Amino acid sequence: MLRLEKRPDPSRFWLYATPVVAVLMTMAAGGIMFAILGKNPFEVVRTIFWDPLFGEFAWYLRGQLLVKAGPLILIAVGLSLGFRAGIWNIGAEGQYIMGAILGAAVGLAVFPTENRLIFPVMIAAGLFGGWLWAMIPAILKTRFNTNEILVSLMLVYVAQTVLAMASTGFLRNPEGAGFPGSRSFSSYPAAANPELIAGTGVHWGVVSAILVVIAAHVLLQRHLLGFQIRLAGQAPRAARFHGVSPNRLVVLCMGISGALAGVAGLFEVTGPAGQISIDFNTGYGFTAIIVAFLGRLNPIGILLAGLLMALTYIGGEMAATNLGLPSAAIQAFQGMLLFFLLAVDVMTNYRLRLSPLGAR
Amino acid sequence: MDFGAINPVILVASLMVAAVPIMLAAIGELVVEKAGVLNLGVEGMMIMGAICGFIVAVKSGSPLAGFLGGAAGGAALSAVFALLTQFLLANQVATGLALTLFGLGLSSLMGQGYNGIKPPLTGAVPFGPLADLPVLGPIVFGHDWMVYASVLIVAAVWWVLGRTRTGLIIRAVGESHDAAHALGYKVNRIRLGCILFGGAMAGLGGAYISLVRVPQWVDGITAGAGWIALAIVVFASWKPWRVLIGAYLFGGITVLQLNLQAAGSRIPVEYLSMSPYLVTILVLVIMSSGRGRAGLNAPAALGQNFHAAR
Repeated sequence: MLRLEKRPDPSRFWLYATPVVAVLMTMAAGGIMFAILGKNPFEVVRTIFWDPLFGEFAWYLRGQLLVKAGPLILIAVGLSLGFRAGIWNIGAEGQYIMGAILGAAVGLAVFPTENRLIFPVMIAAGLFGGWLWAMIPAILKTRFNTNEILVSLMLVYVAQTVLAMASTGFLRNPEGAGFPGSRSFSSYPAAANPELIAGTGVHWGVVSAILVVIAAHVLLQRHLLGFQIRLAGQAPRAARFHGVSPNRLVVLCMGISGALAGVAGLFEVTGPAGQISIDFNTGYGFTAIIVAFLGRLNPIGILLAGLLMALTYIGGEMAATNLGLPSAAIQAFQGMLLFFLLAVDVMTNYRLRLSPLGAR
Repeated sequence: MDFGAINPVILVASLMVAAVPIMLAAIGELVVEKAGVLNLGVEGMMIMGAICGFIVAVKSGSPLAGFLGGAAGGAALSAVFALLTQFLLANQVATGLALTLFGLGLSSLMGQGYNGIKPPLTGAVPFGPLADLPVLGPIVFGHDWMVYASVLIVAAVWWVLGRTRTGLIIRAVGESHDAAHALGYKVNRIRLGCILFGGAMAGLGGAYISLVRVPQWVDGITAGAGWIALAIVVFASWKPWRVLIGAYLFGGITVLQLNLQAAGSRIPVEYLSMSPYLVTILVLVIMSSGRGRAGLNAPAALGQNFHAAR
């Protein structure tokens, strides 16, 4: 009989090996899924994981990698702080939308003024919008002990209706002949978030993502708050004796993750997306949950995980156009990755033991 | 706006239909949580049930086979959850989220080519002349058999959990898995059974959405119903009968806002369509604060994994 035995200490080897093993297992299981769909599994896996980096169009696709990874990393780093402390903000998608709407609204309000300060103010508004939306579950949690998982998720659906209202109503382009969608930011330089270095895909969102990774790393390793977050997750009782206020942590973690999701939305709407439209959100807020876990809730890990997840997005699009792979397949593929990750994770804390039959 | 356009009898009759999916999913999740497991993947299991049920019903031409297929689809996905949380000891919150993300992707993959098809009709139960009674006819005797089945399932869960030895064991496992283990009960196997039941119920509810409520296949058809079902379990403070009340309450809000939209209410459509979610939040706040004290009734071992050291 195989059975699990708890390790005295978490295995350092498996801590790092888990994501790699999970990715390989997902490739294998995904290959089976692609084969069932009638595609050559090796060709699909190569298209997703190899071609965007080293294929024919790599010069363009490598830049797209950063465009997709930027928001994922920004959101995932914020989420990981809360996840570490056992605070489950799963409504990042809603905070992303609200940050984008508020930030875009500030910019569009002063259209067509040209001023260097407009974009920084919009960034602040984006941070504020996401923060505000995350404060709803945070305050309900601290004041009324309401489950933050359900509230933050419900608010995603509310945010989506607000987005519909914005793009067909209060933010609609007055010169758009009645079509839904706001003015395009690409024709409004003061509020736009352009590519900073041509061909690399780097925009202000990518720069911020890198800064946030560094900041989060320093916070967790060198700052008292980071210690308290880690302590609250690993030993809640010890954290209370240490004087950590659970409510303060909830407000801080939800606030940080909300603000980062909001600003990710702002960078997206002013840059790659270009305008507020009904379907401008593409599920980054949910995929970021996978990124956070794949990166082992560690900022540096999240940086790598975000790049990998961006690769599956771009490779998935390539496979969709070149091989006719349904785009839903890539969503299922990403979900599968989280499954395998959680499954392999057991090896970090437990070891498999072969016990003779009847020994128990 | 014209309130007269809303017929109260038809409103009650249609809220009973609207409540079926969330009632089924919530009663399944209630059993799962009573056994001490928090499965946040209800949305994913529902949508898997919706697509599996739809495919089976379209292929076989039989709604009954469709509902069974839906239950099987939901249970199959919940088996993955059970494997991960009960045997590989993965975090239940994260695994539940993975279930939802995966289910949404897989369902839309499986649903390719099923858009715009009409499923076979699930007929009303033939009550004969009873269905023609005024008021009572449409409300009590005018439904398809799933509406009655869902109420019977709630009654059965109430009876099993509260009145039988099986129910006592399930509750013991959920309140203190260590004590239950010491008494010789196989904690993980009992939980496995409950998780599969919860998955089947969520799948059944999902199949009801795609076969009766809508009835067709659209990507993301469940639109948060699974999350509302999770909220109803909290609203019900883990008591089966209150699941019935909660589901009818939410069904009522959904139907009412749809009716208001149709009646040309002056309230903008967007405010109406966000109302079920806002009401859910409001109810959660009321239940978790002050005199509601839902937290006091939550199973003590909810969300904790069990690993027998010996």
